[in-house]
Amino acid sequence: MMRPLRVVRAQLRASVAIALQYRLEFAVEGALALLWIGVTLVPLLVVFGARESVAGWTFPEMLVVLGWFVALKGVLEGTLSPSLLQVIEHVRKGTLDFVLLKPADAQLLVSLSKIEPWRVTDLAGAAVIFAIAFHRLGHPPAAHDVLLAAAMLCCAVLVLYSIAIVVVSIAFVAVRVDNLLYLFQSVFDVARWPSSIFRGVLAFLFTFVLPLALMTTYPALALLGKLTVPTAVAAVAGTLLFAWVARGIWKASIRRYTSASS
Amino acid sequence: MTRILRLYPQLLRTGFAEAVAYRTEFLIWMFSTNMPLVMLAIWAAAARSGPVGGYSQQAFAAYYLAALLVRLMTGAWVVWEMTMEIRQGTLGLRLLRPIHPLLQWSADNLAAVPMRGIVAIPVVAILLWVARAELAHDWLLWLLLCPALLGAWLLYFLVQAIIGTVALRFESAASLFDAWLGFSNILSGYLVPLDLFPHAVRTLALVLPFRFQLSYPVELMLGRWSRGEALELLLAQWAYVALFWFATRVAWRSGLRHYAAYGG
Repeated sequence: MMRPLRVVRAQLRASVAIALQYRLEFAVEGALALLWIGVTLVPLLVVFGARESVAGWTFPEMLVVLGWFVALKGVLEGTLSPSLLQVIEHVRKGTLDFVLLKPADAQLLVSLSKIEPWRVTDLAGAAVIFAIAFHRLGHPPAAHDVLLAAAMLCCAVLVLYSIAIVVVSIAFVAVRVDNLLYLFQSVFDVARWPSSIFRGVLAFLFTFVLPLALMTTYPALALLGKLTVPTAVAAVAGTLLFAWVARGIWKASIRRYTSASS
Repeated sequence: MTRILRLYPQLLRTGFAEAVAYRTEFLIWMFSTNMPLVMLAIWAAAARSGPVGGYSQQAFAAYYLAALLVRLMTGAWVVWEMTMEIRQGTLGLRLLRPIHPLLQWSADNLAAVPMRGIVAIPVVAILLWVARAELAHDWLLWLLLCPALLGAWLLYFLVQAIIGTVALRFESAASLFDAWLGFSNILSGYLVPLDLFPHAVRTLALVLPFRFQLSYPVELMLGRWSRGEALELLLAQWAYVALFWFATRVAWRSGLRHYAAYGG
């Protein structure tokens, strides 16, 4: 049971050590991440300059959603995407064989193989956004709400990870579509808004098919103390189902994988 | 000059063949341009209870669909190509050919326009279907749209080329372009229509070149300008194109002197 955790820890340490060799890049990319947080905030500021609330969400409430979005975007673009892009590179070059030969679970090995540590700026930015939001709301979140939000956050990261794994599994079958991950990254941009601003088909699509609601809206609702228990339970169940399916797809595509180079 | 005119069509044909060969990847890149739709989502929700700053839901739809169209039609990626070729040393090969590398890249980027057009057709159809009433009625504005789009593309391409030459001195210029993109997203009207910004920001945006890349062609499509104003703005846009053209030449020449081709 402890072995997978040790593998993850070793993998993390190695990736961070590699990335920290490039100190100038760390500073430059960190500053860029800050700039992009600002860019993300601008439309929201303009919208709420003209409106008190949009689709039932006030400005501070919307900030909480945006905070989760910034944090998760950092996780996605700072750890998941770079690591999984490496898998696609491995598949193309045929070097995935070496990963598969190692005596540990391949999915575990590839998932954290490359990290961009400067994306912690995103997490810091998200913390500042939360602070501003709750300062404006006038009360800090209740302790049990924070706990529930943390649980929802775990679900969000797991779903995000599962989607990324599925996308990469597609790359095994069709090596040509190596930019599918970028497509997903750009679709993820929709998660900056709470899912209730969508209506009709889009609302259904972003809740059940591509569960963007699960990623930012539910953690935000939890932090605001507005998430009902049945929804939370359904979210956890849905997440576990999603992760299980993703794992199945990964295993199936590994089995179909025939080395590219040799 | 006549030699270039003879060569350029061939370069375009080659570029087009390349775009067709990589069609799946190309389409996926196109589909990842969705920011205007993301922005439309929030504004449409905000305008449900009534117009915001003079924009009805339909007006927002027209604005952002037009913005998507302009972005799709004026794409360029030369900065990434330049940084990659400089880092890998393959630029040396290009320099040996009897035609300027920037001309080759421009042909590559322009040759993708027909493929972009295919992706743009459904956007045009939706635009006509959803927000026909919001579009310009003056045929002259639509005629001006052609040079305006070409100017917008040239601005985008030349800025990328200027930033790309930075890579001739330092290893990478991609971060610099990323920063420029951040400002451009706001000041070009890509995320928010410029007239919804507070006065100070709007004044700044109207002087800077960013608006000519996106906002100006979009405004032409929406018929925001009289004929005279539209022509004046077109002149201003092409003045910026000329300025950037000149800057590109200077940056390229001085950058090349620093270029030490590694690898290859």
